[in-house]
Amino acid sequence: MKVFVPRDAAARSVGADEVAERIATAADAGGREIEVVRTGSRGMLWLEPLVEVETPEGRVGYGPVAPEDVDGLIAAGMLDGAAPGGGAGLGLVEELPWMKRQQRLTFARVGVIDPRSGDDHAEYQGNKGLQAALALSPAEVVEEVVASGLRGRGGAGFPTGIKWRTVLGAESDLKFVCCNADEGDSGTFADRMLIEGDPFTLIEGMTIAAYAVGATEGYVYLRSEYPDAVEALNAAIRTARERGWLGQNILGSELTFDLHVRVGAGAYICGEETSMLESLEGKRGEVRAKPPIPALEGLFGRPTVVNNVLSLATIPTILANGAATYASYGMGRSLGTNVFQLGGNVARGGIVETAFGITLGELVNDLGGGTASRLPVRAVQVGGPLGAYLPVEQFDLPMDYEAFAAAGAMVGHGGIVVFDETVDMSAMARFAFEFCAEESCGKCTPCRVGAVRGVETIDRIRRGEDRRQNLVLLDDLCDLMTDGSLCAMGGLTPLPVRSAVRHFGKDFGS
Amino acid sequence: MTTEFNTFPAPPPRSVMSPAPVPAPGRAERVREIATELRGLRGALIPILHAVQEDLGYVDQTDIPVIADVLNLSVAEVHGVVTFYRDFRRKPAGRTTVRICQAEACRSVGAEELAAHAKRRTGVGFGETTYDGKLTVDEVFCLGNCALGPAVQVGDKLHGRVTPARLDALLGEAR
Repeated sequence: MKVFVPRDAAARSVGADEVAERIATAADAGGREIEVVRTGSRGMLWLEPLVEVETPEGRVGYGPVAPEDVDGLIAAGMLDGAAPGGGAGLGLVEELPWMKRQQRLTFARVGVIDPRSGDDHAEYQGNKGLQAALALSPAEVVEEVVASGLRGRGGAGFPTGIKWRTVLGAESDLKFVCCNADEGDSGTFADRMLIEGDPFTLIEGMTIAAYAVGATEGYVYLRSEYPDAVEALNAAIRTARERGWLGQNILGSELTFDLHVRVGAGAYICGEETSMLESLEGKRGEVRAKPPIPALEGLFGRPTVVNNVLSLATIPTILANGAATYASYGMGRSLGTNVFQLGGNVARGGIVETAFGITLGELVNDLGGGTASRLPVRAVQVGGPLGAYLPVEQFDLPMDYEAFAAAGAMVGHGGIVVFDETVDMSAMARFAFEFCAEESCGKCTPCRVGAVRGVETIDRIRRGEDRRQNLVLLDDLCDLMTDGSLCAMGGLTPLPVRSAVRHFGKDFGS
Repeated sequence: MTTEFNTFPAPPPRSVMSPAPVPAPGRAERVREIATELRGLRGALIPILHAVQEDLGYVDQTDIPVIADVLNLSVAEVHGVVTFYRDFRRKPAGRTTVRICQAEACRSVGAEELAAHAKRRTGVGFGETTYDGKLTVDEVFCLGNCALGPAVQVGDKLHGRVTPARLDALLGEAR
């Protein structure tokens, strides 16, 4: 009999290791034969550590389980899937309202499979997408990805297939596939959870990309703040090599592709794709001017696919089940599903993978359950530190790239951070500039100097010095940074600042 | 307004004024060995710096010309990379490093108060090491635990929902 306990870093951060140990010890003492399988997390993070028990009806969940609860739960029949009193018994995990509300395509296997097990990967449809791809020509694979409507999940939303088409068309004896796993945005953790919970899917997606564009080498640029993910991915790559899923003659085909992990070094800017390429080359992570675009002159000047973890991890399901199936989800030009992440001061935080079009309010209130502090929600920041702050009046906005852009906001990497009514929005606007000043690569002046001037200007406004004139100055500075910065770091820092001033003027003394 | 320009800057923190560390004997040989082993990697410099820090605790100023020599780079290029990235320490850290997330999601649940608490308890600010050399405290911008904040990392281990009392316990274990 199998008992599942997540090994995801978030679950471990609240005691999953201790729970797993206690279960094994208690079962042993009771003479029960069980196998404790360490999975990824289902993404219901407020229920972590979430223990699941295999039953004929499906997996039955218990959570949150503290180590000291284990003996009592086992005495109450947890290992038989019985529902004990006290609220920890959740019933069938797949039937929970939070799960039922979602359409999990990219995250279909996260929390279900053992991320260290090549057997699990094979059993749960593993390499089905790659096999389907290998039956097509590279150009056909590219067109399938174009037809799926998949857009870059890292934040920019550029059509993935179009990028691949450019790399496929570029002449070179050496091409690269690079995965951007430098997930530095606060409020985002889906890349981490995917890599820890289902690394084989990322490997498969990158292998399909390599086949489609004619690349032979791949790199995953993974941030050093995620040591568990580094370990999980390296373990999966070793297994994939042993099984012939990486290396030469992949799955018996002519395809040769190998994959390497490069660990970042604590620079937020390296999530910007050209800065990431500089860092992969062993240099300072300074942004490059575009053009040339990385698709033509990327890593070491060669044609390079640069995609986010979630974009690449979505490729296998597109190939396995068809572009039309994927494109049947979503709205407008935002097709498919997106992996939204609820964080900050939220009652039920975690992963919500659902079709584009769900509203911000449904995510924050219906799924998230409002704030953890039980005070009213005042603001949410969508899309990381460079995303806009939105008030509850905008909760009817649908999660859609174009709808958000029209509202002066961005979907970004899908992270949503909730703040209750105690938040001081002028302090958050100041922090946006402070963060930009700290993390700017320093290459362009609007970002490097503008961020420092921004902190000073907001300080004057907060002190009530020439408030009106300084607000005009702030607006002018934001214009300059938006128009004059080389990349999104300086170019988008005005987004949280301006949205805070616009929607929460009271905090700036107006 | 002029007062801002006329005030003297605050003295640098103690850590900045402390003398440069003295490299251990044999260090240069070990650095050369690491660099030579990894030089075949594409973009080898950052993996080499990580490996040096992992093995020797920090990146010493005297390591830089050695690495530059092995990679056939200028000293300035290597120096530029070492100083660009926050991860690379220029002097040894305490036995345990505790990093407290200060990004937006953790701020929404009290990360700033937690940082102030840590400073009161340890007597050191971000980037500084306690006098007994046991503890380095630092800030970090996002550990990917945004639904279970405030997040704290002790060594490589992530902790969630860290209250001031929980932080005291973690600091106690680390010392």
